[in-house]
Amino acid sequence: MLVPWTQYLNSNHFYLLDYVFDSSSTQAEDINRLHVYFLFAAAFILFVVIGCTVLVLLKFRHRQGVDYQPKSLSQKWEILTIGVPMLLVIVFFVLTLKTMHRVLPEVNGRKPDVVITGHQFWWEANYPAQKVITANEIHLPAGRTILLKLLSADVIHDWWVPDFGNKMDLVSGKENYLWLNIKKPGVYHGACSEFCGAQHAGMQLTVIAEGEDDYEKWLTSHASLPAVITDTIAQIGEKLFTEKTCGNCHNISGTSNRGRDGPDLTHLASRKTLLTGLIENNKDNLGKWILKPQEIKPGAKMPDFKMDKQSADEIVAYLSSLK
Amino acid sequence: MQSSYEIEQPRAAYKDYKILRWLTTVDHKEIGIMYLCMATLFFVVAGLFALLMRTQLAVANNHFLGPNIYNQVFTMHGVTMIFFVMVPALLGFQVYFIPMMIGANDTAYPRMNAFSFWITFFGGLLLYFSFAAGGAPNAGWFNYAPLNEYNYSDSPGIDYYCVGLLLAGTGTISTGVNLIVTILKYRAPGMSLKQVPLFVWMGLVNSFLIVAALPSLNAALSMLLLDRQLHAHFFNTASGGDALLWQHLFWLFGHPEVYILILPAFGIYSEVFQVFSGKRIYGYAFVAGSTVAIALLSFGVWVHHMFATGLGNTVNAFFGASSMLIGVPTGIKIFNWLGTMYGGSIRLTVSMLFAIAFLIEFTIGGLSGIAFSIIPIDWQVTDSYYVVAHLHYVFIGGSLFSVFSGLFYWFPKMSGRMLDEKLGKIFFWLMVLGFNMTFFVQHFLGLMGMPRRVYTYPDLPRFTLLNLVSSCGALLMGVAILVLFYNVYKTLKHGKPASNDPWDGFTLEWYSWALPGMKNFEEVPEVKSRRPFFDEKYPEKADWKNND
Ligand code: HEC
Ligand SMILES: [Cu+2]
Ligand SMILES: [Cu+2]
Repeated sequence: MLVPWTQYLNSNHFYLLDYVFDSSSTQAEDINRLHVYFLFAAAFILFVVIGCTVLVLLKFRHRQGVDYQPKSLSQKWEILTIGVPMLLVIVFFVLTLKTMHRVLPEVNGRKPDVVITGHQFWWEANYPAQKVITANEIHLPAGRTILLKLLSADVIHDWWVPDFGNKMDLVSGKENYLWLNIKKPGVYHGACSEFCGAQHAGMQLTVIAEGEDDYEKWLTSHASLPAVITDTIAQIGEKLFTEKTCGNCHNISGTSNRGRDGPDLTHLASRKTLLTGLIENNKDNLGKWILKPQEIKPGAKMPDFKMDKQSADEIVAYLSSLK
Repeated sequence: MQSSYEIEQPRAAYKDYKILRWLTTVDHKEIGIMYLCMATLFFVVAGLFALLMRTQLAVANNHFLGPNIYNQVFTMHGVTMIFFVMVPALLGFQVYFIPMMIGANDTAYPRMNAFSFWITFFGGLLLYFSFAAGGAPNAGWFNYAPLNEYNYSDSPGIDYYCVGLLLAGTGTISTGVNLIVTILKYRAPGMSLKQVPLFVWMGLVNSFLIVAALPSLNAALSMLLLDRQLHAHFFNTASGGDALLWQHLFWLFGHPEVYILILPAFGIYSEVFQVFSGKRIYGYAFVAGSTVAIALLSFGVWVHHMFATGLGNTVNAFFGASSMLIGVPTGIKIFNWLGTMYGGSIRLTVSMLFAIAFLIEFTIGGLSGIAFSIIPIDWQVTDSYYVVAHLHYVFIGGSLFSVFSGLFYWFPKMSGRMLDEKLGKIFFWLMVLGFNMTFFVQHFLGLMGMPRRVYTYPDLPRFTLLNLVSSCGALLMGVAILVLFYNVYKTLKHGKPASNDPWDGFTLEWYSWALPGMKNFEEVPEVKSRRPFFDEKYPEKADWKNND
């Protein structure tokens, strides 16, 4: 299967752990600093344990015929082995408190910039101030601190873009918040990290971080309606879209299709990928998806309409004109 | 070093037993063996599931198993390994050896003992019946709400999960009660609670943990069953239920469960380190006392499984602190075992090799565990393959290795024959190599952004490479297990007969016959120290004479 979004990714993921230690947000910077401290402490402890084990094994092996006198270790060591770990615990607890409050400070009534809702198995992004709704490819501004509000429409999902640091669950019946200050524009990859059903693996996540100008441009273009359809085939497709009840699940602004159970399709053609990044957004793939959704993404919450090829082509013509 | 203390063997091996005998027995040793056989049976099945998963994940975008099958397979792998492999295997050793180590002839309630075994076994069978009834459970071993509700998972698998685990849980609780009474009431004359072998002590603490922790799971399962069958609203968020309530109830059981799987293992290692170092444990009081501390603390750390659910900084800070603290008494035990080996005369038997490997594997698993108590790091790595690596380092490097260690240590007492040490060493090295190959790279996969429980993953740089290494490691572990099975088979057929005390042991089970019959002891020596059998064999060096 095609995995197109890798083409759009930052190509700086070169070293093994760049995904996590790349710190593309200030939150990730804080977390990763603490993580590196921890890795040093852990490596030190592991080194001590392995070292002691090897030394003991070299020194105290059983030798045939040699009678030995068991020696025992002074109880003083016991105090040392409690003292050092306790000290480490205290240090790391203080660091934990500090980092935790920096990464996730109180919301204090601030309005969220974007509301993200997790659905089985896709993401909805709602920009309340601009009245923009989109799906799966989430545009966010770089260079300033924003607040995301996280909700779930069904089961528990989890927001995780490794480059940005922390996860946060999207819990049904609960409002969660996440602060984010993305350092530089780029395309970042993430995935739902709480098992959420058949297509948990197919619930990838793409964040497109943009400079302030590009971001504003994107918002205005998405706040307006798509251009009027002039192509005749696309016009047939528009009718079919409503007739085939696609509108029960999908919203297309400016039409009678108001569904909310599937991704918003108002500006579908402006997205680079489909199905949270599983396949590239082109006519060919759109047609395949509409004809055989359960083959492309088995378990996805869109039924097979047993549609004929021609109707599918007409709908595709319509959908791919929704810029 | 054979002991000079030999008692004649009363009667031949178990092989002239008939099947009816096994079905009706109430003898703790036979029940112990049946527990181990049950664990083996389920281990084979769940191990094959693991191989299926690793085959599916060997390369990116694989289509070997679809999501539907894969999700059942990973769920059943986890549920089976925890509830029907590790729990029964460790209970098997406890039911067999705790009475012998305290000089008793059976557990306090032999018939309840048999009941516990059978109800656990039937629980397992019922769980597996789900495959025939329309689909196995498929929402993971911790089965989060509201995905576990009828409106999101309509196959009957999760109903079987509830009933199967309720039955098994009932069995486990009654074994816990049985062991508590046995240890408190049936110790040999003179054996104070401060003198019981550490395996027994761990068994006692563990049994209290079982009795205290499992009710929380049973309550959650019953509530879920009410939700699913009678449309109650405990966890169903669509009708006002609470999704996080399930997590609280589950992990209030689930975290102590982790210790239920590791305390008996600590017990086995403590015995093995002592005997094969030819020395008493370093810091008995500390090992015993810290176990109690762990058991108590283990009820106050469950939210570390929920740091990313948005409970707020105050709650998270409390549970972060308690989780870091619980690491200390656990970690220091490592130094007690090292201190036990220090100054000893170490015999590198297969049993001892597994114990030594455990020291290092468990340190790795423990350290990656500490990472989860540092809340910001938890936010980064939780629910990724890093967790998968961590939990296998503690479950395999900790619990499963103890079962192997115990098997090689106690096999003579259970079968009257010695397992082949040469084959055992081949098994050991294959196992350790395969295990580290499979799981060490998963730390990196998690750090690179691979979420757990995915049936496939995109072709990102190096994802396939590391996953392939992991899959090859799993295969190696599979080969290792085959070597172990061949070893057991060969030994049972024509292995070297064992004496009653092949390892120069310290505790009373070695005082019994090479292959004990219905009765474990005609009489037991007077217990004056923690190593009664050692005192009996070496009266001039007896512990109670040079008490320090
Ligand atoms: C029962 C609700 C439902 C109906 C009816 C439905 N869909 Fe969908 N559709 C979904 C869901 C849910 C998804 C998201 C699938 C996923 O990624 O898991 C989706 C995804 C899509 C996508 C991809 C959107 C994206 O950004 O990835 C397109 C295009 C689409 N549907 C077109 C249609 C068309 C055309 C019809 C009518 C023939 C239709 N849908 C009917 C639920 C529905
Ligand atoms: Cu999800
Ligand atoms: Cu835990």
